[in-house]
Amino acid sequence: MTKPTTLAQDFALTCPIPISEYPQVLLAHGGGGKLMHTLIEKMFLSAFQNPMLGARHDGAIFDLNGMRVALTTDSYVVRPLFFPGGDIGTLAVNGTVNDLAMCGARPLFLTAGFILEEGLPMETLWQVVRSMQTAAAAAGVAVVTGDTKVVDKGKGDGLFVNTAGLGIVPPGVVVTPERVHPGDVVLLNGDIGRHGMAIMAAREGLAFESAIESDCAPLAEPVLALLDAGIDVHCLRDLTRGGLASAVIEIAGAAGVHVDLDERAIPVRPDVQGACEILGLDPLYVANEGRFVAFVAPQDAERALGILRGTPPGADARPIGRVEHARPGGLVTMTTAIGASRVVDMLSGEQLPRIC
Amino acid sequence: MCLAVPGRIISIADGAGLDRSGRVSFGGVVKEVNLAFVPEAAVGDYVMVHVGFAISRVDEREAEQIFAYLAQMEDLAVPEEPA
Amino acid sequence: MKFIDEYRDARAARRLAGAIARATTRPWTIMEVCGGQTHAIVKFGIDELLPDLITLVHGPGCPVCVTPVELIDKAVEIAAAPGVIFCSFGDMLRVPGTKGDLLSAKARGADVRVVYSPLDALALARTHPDYQVVFFAVGFETTAPANALAVHQAHRQGIANFSLLVSHVLVPPAMEAILASPHNRVQGFLAAGHVCTVMGYQEYAPLAARYRVPIVVTGFEPLDILQGIYLCVRQLEAGQAEVENAYARSVRRGGNREARRLIAEVFQVRPRRWRGIGEIPQSGLELRSDYAGFDAERRFGLADYSVEESSECQSGRVLQGILKPFECPAFGARCTPEHPLGATMVSSEGACAAYYRYRGGGIREAQL
Repeated sequence: MTKPTTLAQDFALTCPIPISEYPQVLLAHGGGGKLMHTLIEKMFLSAFQNPMLGARHDGAIFDLNGMRVALTTDSYVVRPLFFPGGDIGTLAVNGTVNDLAMCGARPLFLTAGFILEEGLPMETLWQVVRSMQTAAAAAGVAVVTGDTKVVDKGKGDGLFVNTAGLGIVPPGVVVTPERVHPGDVVLLNGDIGRHGMAIMAAREGLAFESAIESDCAPLAEPVLALLDAGIDVHCLRDLTRGGLASAVIEIAGAAGVHVDLDERAIPVRPDVQGACEILGLDPLYVANEGRFVAFVAPQDAERALGILRGTPPGADARPIGRVEHARPGGLVTMTTAIGASRVVDMLSGEQLPRIC
Repeated sequence: MCLAVPGRIISIADGAGLDRSGRVSFGGVVKEVNLAFVPEAAVGDYVMVHVGFAISRVDEREAEQIFAYLAQMEDLAVPEEPA
Repeated sequence: MKFIDEYRDARAARRLAGAIARATTRPWTIMEVCGGQTHAIVKFGIDELLPDLITLVHGPGCPVCVTPVELIDKAVEIAAAPGVIFCSFGDMLRVPGTKGDLLSAKARGADVRVVYSPLDALALARTHPDYQVVFFAVGFETTAPANALAVHQAHRQGIANFSLLVSHVLVPPAMEAILASPHNRVQGFLAAGHVCTVMGYQEYAPLAARYRVPIVVTGFEPLDILQGIYLCVRQLEAGQAEVENAYARSVRRGGNREARRLIAEVFQVRPRRWRGIGEIPQSGLELRSDYAGFDAERRFGLADYSVEESSECQSGRVLQGILKPFECPAFGARCTPEHPLGATMVSSEGACAAYYRYRGGGIREAQL
C-alpha cells in the first residue's frame, strides 16, 4: 500500500486524467478494455507523443539503414505463475514473439527483465527460466540481454517478467490497420477462450476440474508462411487480454471501418463454453495466447486459409467476418447465433464472473 | 437473475441430506456441486446448477416439447418468415 | 452443450418468430421480469425477430440493480474494516454506492474476493479463523436456498467467524407493485424461470386473476424466450389471463420442496427498499432470530439508515418498465458503464448496461 504522494497538487494541474475520476489505479485499468485504453491515451500517448507511437500498433516499425526493424515490449504479471498449458515464462517469450509477428516481422532477439520477490523459491525461478529457454528455441529467437531485480517480500507477487523483442520486417511488407479495406475478410486461426479459462480453472475460489489448457503458442510460423507465399496481409492482431472482441474493435477503430462478425463461424470448444456458461462469461472477451486475426483481401482468403491450415497453430483456421464499409471511429457488429444482430462493444474493465 | 446452467451428474459423493454433493460436467468441465435440493437426481441425470447448487432436475421429456411443437409446424408446411 | 445449444438454433428461432408474427394482430406490451432474460434478449437480438406490434419492457429482475444504495455503502464500510475478508459475487463489485464501489475499496486495500458460491465463502471462514468472513448475500429467491444452506451449515458446524450481509428480494411483490402502479403499461409477463424453479408458480395465480394479466413462466435461452412470448401473445389475443409454464423442463408447479423448506427455516419475509423504486411491503428476506447471529449488519453494529440518490438517475422508472434505457436523457452521455449514475448501467443484468453493450450506447447515432 503506497502512501499518497506529496506531488499530488502539481500533478493535478497537468494530469490529463482528472484526479477526481480515478485517483487510484484500478485492476480494470489493466483489463484490456475501455479504462486501459483511456489510461494509455491520456497518460502515456499524450506524454510521449511521436508518429510511431501514434500508430497505436502492438510494435513500432522503423527504418534503420535500409532495414525495417520491429520493436516491441510486454510485461508479464500472470497469476498463478504455472497453469495448464504453460507458465509465465512461456507467455513471456511467446507473447513478445507474437507482437513482433503481428507487425509482419520475423522475430529474432529478446531481452528478459526479471523482478523477483524476496522469498521466491529458486526452483520456481529455474522452472520459469527453463520454460523460456524451450519456448525461445521453439520460436527461433535468442534471449540476448536482460536484467534482474529483487524487491521486498510483499511487493512483487512472486515474479514479474518483462521482455522486449526485435525483429526484421521483410521488404515490401506493410501490416497495419491503415491497410484494412471494405471487402476484406477476417480470418481466425482457431478456437477461442482457452487461455483465460485455463487460468480461471487454476485460480483459487473459482476452481473446477478441466482439461482446458492454455493455447499459448508462437505465431511467427503461420504469419511468415502467409508472407512467404506472397499473400498481401493487410492487418494482423493477436488476441490477448480482452479477447477476440477487443482485438477486432481496436483494429476497426484504428482503421475507421465497420466490421461484421458471424458468431456461428467462431469456434469455441465445448469445455471452454461450459466453463464460460457457469461463470457467466462471454468467450468473445476471454484471453487467448495463441490466436490471431488476419485481415486479407477477399480474393486472397481461400489461399490464405489453406496456408494457415498447413501450420500447427492454424490447423482450424476459419473466416469469421467481413469489413463492410468505412466508418469513422469504427464499429463492430455480430450476427448472433439466432441470426439477429448485435453491437460488439469494448468492455469497461475486466469481465467478472456473475450469478445473475 | 439467476444464471443456472444445465450439467450432467457424473458421480455422487457419500454425503447425505444437506451435505449431499456430486461432480457435475458442463460440456467437459467438471465442478463439485451441492445436490441437497435434488434428492431424486442420480448419476447420468442433468441438473440446473446455480452458484454451485443444483436447483432442479431437468425433465428430458418436457425438454422435448418445444421441438415436437416446432416439428409439427414443419409438418403443416408453415412457411418460414423471411429472416 | 446439451439443453443449451439446441435452444439457440437459428431456424427454430425464425419459426417461432414467424408464429408470433402470425398470432399478433394488436399492439401488446410484455415485461420480462428477470435481468437474465433481458440480457439474453439484447445479446441474441431476440427483439429484432419480433413484430413491431410487440413492445418488450424490462423489469426489476436484477437484484444487483435493486439493492438499496445504503447496503452498498455498508458493504464498502465492512470490507474496509480491519480483519475482514469480504466475499461477493462478481456482479456486485462495480455497483456504485455513495462512497464508491467494492472494486475501488479493493484498490484502497480492502480484502474483497469474488466467489462463485456462498459455500466458497464459508470455506474461507474455515481456513481463516482469525478473520471475519462476510458474504454479500444478494439475490432473488433463486439464490436464497444456497445462502440458507451456507448459514445452516455455519450454524451446525459452529463456524462463528462467518456472516451474511443480506440483500434478498422477492419477485411476486415487485410484480404486484408494478401492476398496481397508475403508470403501469405492462399487459403480460414472462415470469422468471429460475425463481420459479425454486418457488413454483402458485403465487402468480392470484396476480393473474386480480390484474387480468397472462403470466408465462419462461426460461433463458432464445427458444425459451420466444416460446414464452408466443404463449403470452396467444393469451392476450384471446383475452385470457392464466398462469402457464413454458419452462417445464426445470419448473414444477410447487417448485423445489427441499429448497423452499430450508429458505423458510433460515429466512423470514420483511419489507425491503428497492433502489430506484422505494419500499415494497413483504418483498425482502432477513435471517430468522435463530440465525440472526450470522447477520453482518448486526455483527458490525451498522444502524439502519437511508440515503438520498442522484435525482438524475431514472433507473427506477427503467426497472418498472416505464422508461426504456435509451429514452433516458443521461443514457450514453452522463451515464455510461465507466461513469454510471445508477446500478442498471453497471450490473451485467441491468437493462441500461445491456442496451449500452449490445445496442451500441457508445455510438449514439448507430442505426441497426
